Amino acid sequence: MSPAPSAPDDSAPWPGPFVRYDLVKEFVVALVVMAALAVALTILFSSPDDSPTTIQSWAQADPGDFLTTAVTELNGTSEIAEYGPPYSSTPEATQKIGPLDLQKWAGVKIPIDTAQNYVIEPLGEIPADPQLKAALQAYQAAPPKLQEAWTGAYEEALPEARFVRGVPILPAGRYGPVAPMMAALLGLAQSGGLDGALVAGNHRFYQTNYTKPLLFLSGGGYFEERAEGQHLLGTQWGMMNETGSYPGQVWLWLYTFWYQVEPFKESPNADALIFALMGVLSLAFICIPFIPGVRTLPRHLRVYRAIWRDHYREGES
Amino acid sequence: MSDGEGRSVSPEEQKMWTTWLRERAVSALPPEKLLPDRQPAYVSSWIYVFGVATIAALVVVVASGMILGLKGPEWWHVTAIGRFFNGIHLWAVELFFFAMVVHLWGKFFMGAWRGGRGRTWVTGAICFLVAIGAAFTGYLSQQNFDSQWIASEGKDGLNSVGIGSFFNVVDFGQMYTFHVVLLPLAVIALVVWHVLLVRRHGVVPPYPAKAAKPAPPSPPPQATPSEGSAP
Repeated sequence: MSPAPSAPDDSAPWPGPFVRYDLVKEFVVALVVMAALAVALTILFSSPDDSPTTIQSWAQADPGDFLTTAVTELNGTSEIAEYGPPYSSTPEATQKIGPLDLQKWAGVKIPIDTAQNYVIEPLGEIPADPQLKAALQAYQAAPPKLQEAWTGAYEEALPEARFVRGVPILPAGRYGPVAPMMAALLGLAQSGGLDGALVAGNHRFYQTNYTKPLLFLSGGGYFEERAEGQHLLGTQWGMMNETGSYPGQVWLWLYTFWYQVEPFKESPNADALIFALMGVLSLAFICIPFIPGVRTLPRHLRVYRAIWRDHYREGES
Repeated sequence: MSDGEGRSVSPEEQKMWTTWLRERAVSALPPEKLLPDRQPAYVSSWIYVFGVATIAALVVVVASGMILGLKGPEWWHVTAIGRFFNGIHLWAVELFFFAMVVHLWGKFFMGAWRGGRGRTWVTGAICFLVAIGAAFTGYLSQQNFDSQWIASEGKDGLNSVGIGSFFNVVDFGQMYTFHVVLLPLAVIALVVWHVLLVRRHGVVPPYPAKAAKPAPPSPPPQATPSEGSAP
């Protein structure tokens, strides 16, 4: 009984037997099978296409949430206003990897002034409304402390707001010009005008950059609730999921996994730490052939015995 | 010295870049090595199917993606035929990753980097990571709720390490360009490089059987020396 031939030097020419192998035929067969599988899966399951959330649909479905977000954009306390680079220069807002503050070093490359971009500029585009014009002028002329008092009072009263035919009715309070401004912004959003105003800023016709409207949407609870319903939140392994019951980016399982466990789960630097960890793991994955201990692991695991079982069986017989 | 067709090559021709490139290419990968019709007998395991299945799925991904790209990003939202091709694109991507992951695990368990095949593993591993980027930008280019949410979540990871300042996932135009031009080109280039390395260095031989003694060389009855060195 002679063992299967094996090359002592893995780079040496194979000394054992050869068989006929039609690579081109194998590829053509694989192509036909893969194409047929893709077509069959499409016929059976199609593909998901949940319509996007628009600012209009948000303002119509949940005007209270819309106004809560809008007033925080106006007074600079929203998530995006306090995000830090690349949108704003908020101090201490960045995530760090130990002493490394890569987020800060990259700088504010996509500046967003939430009060101007999301409230004042769109309202300034509404024509023939002298009351709104006066409210805007009054707000912009007021000292910051007074602006803060108006927006603070408005924000506090919002949970008690009623909406009559889309118009917000708040309990009496010292809201100053903020009340007419917010009512006008809600009307603009419900009509679909704010979607257009944020996408086609700077009076441009063609546009492919949805940074401003998408960041605005992401600040609201409505957008997140919809994602939760589709099991897309970070706590639901969201990045690797797809809407409905479709497989999404399942290959992101390891990246998503770290968000579910400590110390990353509750860390304020979770994104940066996980990104760095995945960077190190990816580099290690690429360098497996050169890492002592790892490169010889398959030899000890012996799964290769199953892969080449015919070869070893023939050797044994 | 003569060229491949038997013509003599003058010293001037030998200095030509074209001649140098051809001679290097033919020397590294002669036709019988580039497209062999024989393989070592151990290449009879089912695991070898997944490498070619990955490339086949990539062809379906690229072909369906080209149709979607030619018709524009809105087409698949508003027509049944567009939705059909989007389905093929989606499922081909899922099949591509499935085949690629099985192929990668198979190669890991084979220790496929042995015998100077480290670069073959490295190109395959980089290709896998670049393909993840290509798929990610594809999800961002869907123009539906899923792409909105993935952009909104994905931006935080990229912004936290400064990449978001230059690679803005909420900018559809930028992501679409990455998805339909830059990353597919990178994936295809890496696949070609990977396959050429496989052809150049051949398929890794099995680990020696535990009790095995090196067998005496027994050249294949019909194999040429180049076939023997180029499985």
